Amino acid sequence: MKRLVKNGRVVDPQSGTDDTLDILLDGGRIARVEKRIPEKGAEVFDATGMVVAPGFIDMHVHLREPGFERKETIASGLAAALAGGFSGVCCMPNTRPVNDNASVTQYILDRARSCSPVRVYPIGAVTRGSKGEELAPYAEMREAGVRAVSDDGHPVASSAVMRRALEYAGSLGLLVIDHCEDLDLVGDGVMNEGPVSVRLGLHGIPAEAESIPVRRDITLARLTGQRVHIAHVSTRLAVEAIRAAKKKRVPVTAEATPHHFSLTEAAVLGFDTNTKMNPPLREQDDVDAVIEGLADGTIDAIVTDHAPHAYEEKMVEFDRAPSGIIGLQTAVPLALDRLVRTDRISLKRMVDAFSSAPARLLGLEGKGRIQEGADADLTIFSLRKETCLAPGDIKSLSKNSPFLGMKLKGAVMAVIIAGELYSAAKKG
Amino acid sequence: MSFAHKHLMGIEELSAEDIALILDTAEKMSEVSRRPLKKVPALRGKLVVNLFFENSTRTRSSFEIAEKRLSADTLNFSASTSSLQKGETLVDTVLNLERMQPDCYVIRHASPGTCQLIHPFTKAALVNAGDGTHEHPTQALLDAMTIRQKKGDFKGLEVLICGDISHSRVVRSNIFLLSKMGAKVTVCGPATFMPPHLESLGVTATTDFERALRGKDVVMMLRIQMERQTKGLFPSLLEYYKTFGLTEERLRLADKQVIVMHPGPINRGVEMASEVADGPYSVILDQVENGVAVRMAVLYLLLGGSEDEAAR
Repeated sequence: MKRLVKNGRVVDPQSGTDDTLDILLDGGRIARVEKRIPEKGAEVFDATGMVVAPGFIDMHVHLREPGFERKETIASGLAAALAGGFSGVCCMPNTRPVNDNASVTQYILDRARSCSPVRVYPIGAVTRGSKGEELAPYAEMREAGVRAVSDDGHPVASSAVMRRALEYAGSLGLLVIDHCEDLDLVGDGVMNEGPVSVRLGLHGIPAEAESIPVRRDITLARLTGQRVHIAHVSTRLAVEAIRAAKKKRVPVTAEATPHHFSLTEAAVLGFDTNTKMNPPLREQDDVDAVIEGLADGTIDAIVTDHAPHAYEEKMVEFDRAPSGIIGLQTAVPLALDRLVRTDRISLKRMVDAFSSAPARLLGLEGKGRIQEGADADLTIFSLRKETCLAPGDIKSLSKNSPFLGMKLKGAVMAVIIAGELYSAAKKG
Repeated sequence: MSFAHKHLMGIEELSAEDIALILDTAEKMSEVSRRPLKKVPALRGKLVVNLFFENSTRTRSSFEIAEKRLSADTLNFSASTSSLQKGETLVDTVLNLERMQPDCYVIRHASPGTCQLIHPFTKAALVNAGDGTHEHPTQALLDAMTIRQKKGDFKGLEVLICGDISHSRVVRSNIFLLSKMGAKVTVCGPATFMPPHLESLGVTATTDFERALRGKDVVMMLRIQMERQTKGLFPSLLEYYKTFGLTEERLRLADKQVIVMHPGPINRGVEMASEVADGPYSVILDQVENGVAVRMAVLYLLLGGSEDEAAR
């Protein structure tokens, strides 16, 4: 079936296109991108007043299945992704069992295909069981569909293991994503070390707990000549280290989350456990640095680090609560409201950070661009329509978000995956 | 004048007037403790639950005496005998206790923000008896009562707090209270015991103990917990005593009328020499006595009394 997306503002960062155009989709591919394509025989989606972008891909999601289905399932997580405007997600391997072999990878892909059109790119573990010791079987996982490896949440402490991981993964074309956290320096820290932690009597995590391993990874990327991708950058120190390394052509890339560009540590006053994240919310200067990093491309991608936790897990003492928040349904509105509306970054850069950049980093052919022959995956959103989510609007099993009830300017209108339309607007 | 707050979660949310009202009420309460029959009927029929998730013999005893002198019914709920060891969450514990219709919870817990967590689930008044290293408001109030008795006023007073600032449960409440009342606070300790950004609380921070002692009106020494040594935060207790121990000789650097305080329990020969603890400048046992009066005042004000009634 043919589908015609009419009259939208088409933003394609890869070609530099930003113009009112029609897009004809046919057989799961983009057939034509032109002004005023005739409607004949096609189902029409009127995108007047909307932005049409390449399908958004979230490189950092915790789907929790297998093993933690009380927090989230593949079905509920992907429903949230679809509602949030994503045509694809990468799911982190910290499941139970850990995704450190092809059979777990295959299980995730089979489950995903059975319940959702959203494309899933599982991330494999760097080391067996994410224990930081022996390398996981990358070739076997790559065969099964893995595009990147990470021991997210259990950072590889040994520089020697990290070196071998970069060398071996790099030789197979796999991206190594590192959650940079010096656990010794973190100690029993539960929030950013700064004026708020001193006031609340909560143990602090210094910015250096992030920047030290970032610098190590940069050094190892230079040593091996292989790519390293820094997960959820939260500090000015890390942004500046990555910027300097990129100038020297070290193959380092990075991502940042909406909560790290939207909130400061001041949100922790009041002890809401939905403000407890890892890395923690930082100071205003760090927020500014993350935004500057996104604006100039030092930080390549925007990711959610969607981390569902059950109500009862979060409804405990702050220092005992698990870290992380859900983010799939708030990421695009937050980026539009906090970055684009305020002119901190251009619309084109925002679209790039959500689509073309992840496609590039993961080597996804046919994704991240609106050109003839590319896959018919599109994310369609409004710059003017407001988003304000109630717990009942959240598709995730867990509702752990500090952004519920917040009015944000910008809204996802529809997602198209392989030419099929999934509208965010209520039917009727 | 009546107290404008339903809870005492911390000093941070109190005004100087609130603090003065509590201290004035406490002065009246201390008279009760000196009577032959140490009891008034003020809180008769009220149920106060002492919810202690951490061992704290002295704070709990002090609260319990205060409750009994006001004729409240008390329930002591401690972690070792509770269902918390069976995996019940704090919120569930409170939801269960709530159906016993308590009027007040006195809460001691290792985690900062415990009162804020419980708050939405209870109709009762909350009194924070120490939430980790966050606040311990009744300790700061009993310290303030002691200072006021000896010094008359807080304006312009030079106060030094010395010891393990990072892990102290009393230091923040004291800083908030003394600053609100117009005193100048200096904190001092080994660099490894001083969290960064202390200055953002409006205090002067230093590691030079002898210099910090000069001209101080009040010197408050904090307890050094022995287990800190094993965490590598300082080399030895002897080294601590040599650099930060309050000796008679060092005390001479302070103002001639200095008072020496300690929240207890003291480690003699670690943070303080015995001669100082037992000496003429020490008000440490006055603090203990004032603890009961301050806690009586807080319970009385939160559970519906007014200052005038307290005098009857």
